[in-house]
Amino acid sequence: MSIAKLIDRKEIVICAGAGGVGKTTTAAAIALGMASRGLKVVVLTIDPARRLANSLGIPELANEEHQVDIDGAGELWAMQLDPKRTFDELIEKHASDEATRDAVLSNRIYQELSNAVAGSQEYMAMEKLYELYQEERYDLLVLDTPPTRNALDFLDAPERLSRFVDSRSLQLFLRPGRLGLKVFGRGTGMLFGVLKRVTGVDLLQDLSDFFASFGDMAEGFRERAASTGKLLADSRTTFLLVTSPRGAAIDEAIFFHRKLRERGLPFGGAVVNRMSPLAVLDEPVDEAELEELLGDELGKRVAGNLEDYDAIAIRDRDNVERLAAQLDGAPPILVPYLEDDPHDLAGLLQMNEYLFAAEAVSSRR
Amino acid sequence: MADLLDKRLVVVTGKGGVGKTTVAAALGLAAARSGKRTIVCEVAQQERMSRVFRREGVGFSETLLDTDLYAISIDPQRSMEEYLREQIKPSALYAVLFDNRLFQYFAAATPGMRELATIGKIWELAQFERRNPRTAPYDLVIVDAPSTGHGLGFLHTPRTFRDAARVGPISRQAGKIDAFITDPHSTAVVAVALPEEMPVNETVDFERELHERMGMEVDAVVVNALYPERFTSHEAARIEEAAASDGTPGVEAALMAALFEHRRARTQREELRRLSELLGREPITLPFLFEPELDLGSFEELAGELEAAL
Repeated sequence: MSIAKLIDRKEIVICAGAGGVGKTTTAAAIALGMASRGLKVVVLTIDPARRLANSLGIPELANEEHQVDIDGAGELWAMQLDPKRTFDELIEKHASDEATRDAVLSNRIYQELSNAVAGSQEYMAMEKLYELYQEERYDLLVLDTPPTRNALDFLDAPERLSRFVDSRSLQLFLRPGRLGLKVFGRGTGMLFGVLKRVTGVDLLQDLSDFFASFGDMAEGFRERAASTGKLLADSRTTFLLVTSPRGAAIDEAIFFHRKLRERGLPFGGAVVNRMSPLAVLDEPVDEAELEELLGDELGKRVAGNLEDYDAIAIRDRDNVERLAAQLDGAPPILVPYLEDDPHDLAGLLQMNEYLFAAEAVSSRR
Repeated sequence: MADLLDKRLVVVTGKGGVGKTTVAAALGLAAARSGKRTIVCEVAQQERMSRVFRREGVGFSETLLDTDLYAISIDPQRSMEEYLREQIKPSALYAVLFDNRLFQYFAAATPGMRELATIGKIWELAQFERRNPRTAPYDLVIVDAPSTGHGLGFLHTPRTFRDAARVGPISRQAGKIDAFITDPHSTAVVAVALPEEMPVNETVDFERELHERMGMEVDAVVVNALYPERFTSHEAARIEEAAASDGTPGVEAALMAALFEHRRARTQREELRRLSELLGREPITLPFLFEPELDLGSFEELAGELEAAL
């Protein structure tokens, strides 16, 4: 199976999976592979570790697309998201007037915490994806999802953020004037008093201002979140699970696949990176033959080493089978452990020999 | 390293997939074996460590896993409830606050609140005087922290709140937590890496950023999953020679595995050397274990390695 077939006619590819399984590299390799097949492709990452910039051989990615020199007919563009700047731009776009915009951007709570809003990185990734999609400048968008603790966080991000900014009720809560008292009853005044004791007056004032100025933008954010949600479920979008053959990563991939199905989101296939370099042995190795070849002592050690590697190969095969049994559709695409962790275009091309192979690369290579 | 276990709090961080949980568990076992009452905190709610000890997770309760070794999975929501229950007297007022839907909304919407509640609970666990006076204090608290990108933000959260709130109880409390986690006498930071190019780069970046943003130092770098050097270059040359001629599939696989092992061990040592040079000191190393999945025995083996590095 080739990735090209799995994502045929798709316009958005979202790579998801646990941390440390080669997600960023896989996203970059897919983008490169599709670009060299003639498409105009952009790959987006939010990875703070500059891995994409590294692997594409460009020094540093600003919060805008950057063209990568490649051979072939298409174009490859890459972008490393700066969540804080994306957030600022979003405020500028949604604010009803300059005063509101300035009030939010200069609010200390916003300044200190706009990076830390639960899911804000994830949301910004979605936001940028949506924006680029709307602009229709690319044939294909590849998104590398942020390395969250829980790979699912980003699916909830649009909704969580719109809930966060939908703070008209919070505004009333924090400024319980006549209207607030009318809506929430007399308890609210007391509540405010209690809260003031816990947080301190200054913090409460800042929070109050923060939510108040955000309140006006709630509608815009909500609409945007709804459109993003729709785009994720669209048939032009596909989710690829990226994993390693380790048990914990496979568990997470299976869990994620189930969640995609529950939410009615389009699943395209799975990529298993860092597979054992060795096929599982059909029969035990003839130790005598090795000893004859290499001498008793070295022969024994080579045989012992093989046993260790075979145990890992068996684990990888079993885990991939476990994954494949849970997925509907195409079998997972397997990429062996590459001795040089792909960190430049040459490395990505090497990876693409497996990602874009005509046939599934079996673990019995 | 010996100093490491004499702190009150050890924060284990590193990029995703490098083995933070494994290192946190091995450190926990090593500390417990030396007679310290130790608790390992998991923050990702996956409870990967406690599942190795027991078949199920431990949830938000301090649970004994082994002699002197406890685990807890920190639930931010319940950490915050616990904190507010202590802050707000009389308790009737607390009930007013907590039963209010709007307050729940407010607490969930306030940026960074979950992180602050989590780190606040970790701080509480590390105090000699526990919130519940009947609870025995721990000698050492070990945190299996979020991965490096998030880890720095996580450690910075109390300072953010301290500065944002300026005055008042939250600012005071956040300031206390910040002072504790940035005090090298009470808190140590352990960075876990793999002997590969990008994890090495990220570890060096993390050390610099931790210093620049927090004024903190990395107390120990642990390089995890280092392959053994099983063959000398001379032996590898002999194996390569043997691999040039045809053999049975088993023999060919054995030779290939040996050459792979040799190359991997060699590139890993190059990365290890590079890391040592960039850091200006020798990291602690843990061996790669040829186990399909790590189990309790693996944790014990790695704890032994860490003890030897003490």
